[in-house]
Amino acid sequence: MNDSCKFKCYIWELPVRWCHWINMVCIVTLSVTGFLIGTPFSFGKSASDFTMGWFRFIHFTAAYLFTVSVISRVIWSFIGNKYSGWREFFPLMADAGRKKTARMLRYYMLLDKQVPETIGHNPLATAAYVCLFGLYSVMILTGFALYAQHAPQGAMHRALGFMYALFSDQGMRLTHHISMWFIFGFVVNHIYSAWLMDIKEHGGEISSMFSGYKFTVRKEK
Amino acid sequence: MGKKPVSDEISGVEQDSLKHDCSIGTILKERGVSRRDFLKFCSAMTAAMALPASFAPRVAQALDEVKRPTLVWLEMQSCTGDTEALLRSANPTVAEIVLDILSVDYHETIMAAAGHQAEELLDKTIADFKGKYICVIEGSISMKDGGIYGTTGGKTHLERARQVCGGALATIAVGTCACYGGIAAAVPNPTGAVGVRDAVPGATVIILPGCPVNADNLTATIVHYLVFGKIPALDGHGRPLFAYGKRIHDNCERRPHYDAGQYVEHWGDDAHRKGFCLYKMGCKGPATFHNCPTQRYNEKTSWPIGAGHPCAGCSEPQFWDTMLPMYKRLPNVPGFGIEHTADKIGLGLLAGAGAAFAVHGVLNALRKDKEPADENREG
Repeated sequence: MNDSCKFKCYIWELPVRWCHWINMVCIVTLSVTGFLIGTPFSFGKSASDFTMGWFRFIHFTAAYLFTVSVISRVIWSFIGNKYSGWREFFPLMADAGRKKTARMLRYYMLLDKQVPETIGHNPLATAAYVCLFGLYSVMILTGFALYAQHAPQGAMHRALGFMYALFSDQGMRLTHHISMWFIFGFVVNHIYSAWLMDIKEHGGEISSMFSGYKFTVRKEK
Repeated sequence: MGKKPVSDEISGVEQDSLKHDCSIGTILKERGVSRRDFLKFCSAMTAAMALPASFAPRVAQALDEVKRPTLVWLEMQSCTGDTEALLRSANPTVAEIVLDILSVDYHETIMAAAGHQAEELLDKTIADFKGKYICVIEGSISMKDGGIYGTTGGKTHLERARQVCGGALATIAVGTCACYGGIAAAVPNPTGAVGVRDAVPGATVIILPGCPVNADNLTATIVHYLVFGKIPALDGHGRPLFAYGKRIHDNCERRPHYDAGQYVEHWGDDAHRKGFCLYKMGCKGPATFHNCPTQRYNEKTSWPIGAGHPCAGCSEPQFWDTMLPMYKRLPNVPGFGIEHTADKIGLGLLAGAGAAFAVHGVLNALRKDKEPADENREG
């Protein structure tokens, strides 16, 4: 740690950290069970087994948990501290955000050697999170639209009626499947960037997602 | 109709008009159909309409009393498969009943009259029974270039559909072509084929998709009208809920094998011989709404999954374009060559991202960073 990073600053409140880790656990669970649902192997030994049934049960339960977590995080962006606020996710709307983004971009493209130390969200990361939440919405909507077909004319099936107008049934499956791969692409980016910034910024980037604290040179304003 | 002698058919216009006054019960008695067979038919129809068994006497009573409806059957761009499905039922007694309760006054494929005679019959029927006859349409309707790609009797199918459906009590579109355009509407759809609902937007259309239509569902739809005096409850597509209200997957006799995790992996393997789930062989049962598992085809003899073939999804909109490849779970990704599955593209994407970040990481490790200027520091 840099000698001058002597102030600790509370950045990520408890709901933010909970949502983050619940999302992670859900994405891993949903991907593993989703793969098994999409491409099962013959894991059943007898017709009275319920192996696929349990995989699907876990998938649907995790899907509900994930949906609640994603919605909670969106709500928290209106009631939480400034670091978790919705404004953070649209850095290009304000002048300061645009400058910050330009500095970050130059650093990432190896054009600038000066580390742009940020204490809240990295503006490039929040831009990626906006895309990620778009992917989450696609996953949640296509997933529940496919799920609701077990009870046609039910409340969920009716509420998601617009999805059946937008997608063919198989198109919905393909979209649900391929969006998972896009989320994997994000995960590679996310883990790499967290690791890189942890090394470069000396602020405790990775541990901050467990503790909520980052270490700063100056005291928080 | 099928068993009437030819001479009877040709002189049939006036005679048929007289018969419209008889109830179905009387006609069946005249034809020598036993009361027992009639009641068996009523029970079968009650089951097809997904009504409780206690409705069977009500169905019988209503059919005893009501006048048989006039029916006009038009062929558009079709393979006549739905007519075949209706005519080639395995059990002749029930098939006769099916045909006898309908006064099929015009049916291009099975009527004896031809040419101008047939056209006169159609004109007379739709004039005499305006607002009272039921129109059945088989096949898609060409819309491109004024509908010139499909004509009968010198008129385009579009004109005929508008003329006949316009004056009908209700139109029943049978088979996937009449419902959604079917194979004729598959990409690139050279004739601009559409289903009846798109060709005649104002008409009351009940659709019975399937390739072919299940004749039991057609009869049950008509019986529903005769018994309750109204068309059955429909879903958003216009399909009767009693026949299309549930997914094939959710009523499939092989569903326990799906839930257990017992799948056919290759054609003719041990699992296939044992009748395990066809999910991995590209079965579209999870994407298809139809009562095939319970109603089955040809007098409940069998149906595709029962015979060991995955469901092709034939009763869903645009199934030729959206349900392929027939023997794979997921469609190919549009814009990438054939046989590029989503998984291959996903793995490529992941490998690309991994490689890019690895290079970025190495470059970052090699360079010397500077502490930020104070004005750039946030905290």
